[in-house]
Amino acid sequence: MEFEVIFRPENLSLFWEGMLNSLALLVASLVVGGVLALPLAVARVSDNLLISRPVWLFTYVLRGTPLLIQVYLIYYGLGQMEYIQARWDDSWLWKWFKEPFFCAALAFSLNTCAYTVELLAGAIRDTAHGEIEAAQACGLSRWATMRRIVLPSAMRRSLPGYSNEVIMMLHSTSLASAVPALLDITGAARSIYSDFYLPFEAFITAGAIYAVMTLALVALFRLAERRWLAHLQARTH
Amino acid sequence: MNAYLLNILQGSVLVVQVALGSLAVAVVLGLAGAMAKLSAHKPAVWLATVYSTLIRGIPDLVLMLLIFYGGQIGLNAVLEAVGYTDYLEIDPFLAGVLTIGFIYGAYMTETFRGAILAIPKGQMEAGRAYGMSALQVFMRITLPQMVRLALPGFTNNWLVLMKATALVSLLGLQDMTFLAKQAGAAARGEIANAPLLFFAFTGFIYLMFTTVSLVALRQLEKKYSMGVRRGSF
Repeated sequence: MEFEVIFRPENLSLFWEGMLNSLALLVASLVVGGVLALPLAVARVSDNLLISRPVWLFTYVLRGTPLLIQVYLIYYGLGQMEYIQARWDDSWLWKWFKEPFFCAALAFSLNTCAYTVELLAGAIRDTAHGEIEAAQACGLSRWATMRRIVLPSAMRRSLPGYSNEVIMMLHSTSLASAVPALLDITGAARSIYSDFYLPFEAFITAGAIYAVMTLALVALFRLAERRWLAHLQARTH
Repeated sequence: MNAYLLNILQGSVLVVQVALGSLAVAVVLGLAGAMAKLSAHKPAVWLATVYSTLIRGIPDLVLMLLIFYGGQIGLNAVLEAVGYTDYLEIDPFLAGVLTIGFIYGAYMTETFRGAILAIPKGQMEAGRAYGMSALQVFMRITLPQMVRLALPGFTNNWLVLMKATALVSLLGLQDMTFLAKQAGAAARGEIANAPLLFFAFTGFIYLMFTTVSLVALRQLEKKYSMGVRRGSF
């Protein structure tokens, strides 16, 4: 084992840069995916099939196909479409598809959005019947019931499931290394592997970084649950 | 164009082979892991805990690259140490199956452990009291009930596993994803928007696989839940 190669300044900075990119991808896709997921989850539980079916189809397709295919579909598929390539020099909209980071982040956002929609929709459906009845009895409109009663409680209750999704997403960002010209943690390890032919050292380091980040996320969610799910915790006295 | 699509379709056979092969490995490892975690044997508990925790904390792709590239060097170093000098190339198919099986064995461990825990302990004790061996208790009492309890988690793991097979394309295995990428590059200029078309086709076939799995596993769940009355509100 030659771990000293990993600790050379140039290789450490490679991993550092990769870590920043992985984190940026994670945060960007969680924010975009999460913001999109909220209205879509409300649409998903709608009684109107014209509203709920399209959302069902969206989550079904995104959850039923590999993320790698989705990344390729956006990076190679859309990024090499003649229509888009003809326009991406002068259109603010299409020029984004030139950016590998944007393509990866878009695929990750849509993917995590689909899983989060189902998670939230499940929590909304599980809302105790009495709570909604009580809200109606108090004269709250449908919208006010959703906003004040159902969503705050559903979002809290989906927190444990969401922590799994966030960890899965952190691991999924490793697929960014399949997009050329995008350096994430796995990309850094692959580059060190091919430069020095040291697979154990390179990939064990990458694995350790991911494991530490996973543990940090677990700890963070434990704190969040203590804060927002305090009413569901086991009583200690 | 049909030639390209047919070629990609042929890659789907490999996907099914890799997926089923790794599933077999994962189930065996998962059962072993669950039994180890629930045993009274301290080192076994410790080993299984390290296995299921560590593997689930690291991305599949990193583990695959580590085992594939590292395994290659490691194996040859071991062979050299015992005096075998020929360079041995690991078969990427075998490497893919073993790696994915090893990773999803960790997830199966947790699923199976949860299922075994949900079976009342008294039933196993009763079995032992009747003079059945540990293996007989497992085969006659634990396993038949475990199937029902483990099926929802198993279904989830299977769907994730099947989608993870797309990663073997990054190890150079010529699966659907690999072929679609190749076809997309080869048909540029010849077919309009070739990459988009071929990746969409691959995605569609994966979607068919997941749909068929869901339907089949739902039937199985129905069959194994026949004797159970569901609580109704």
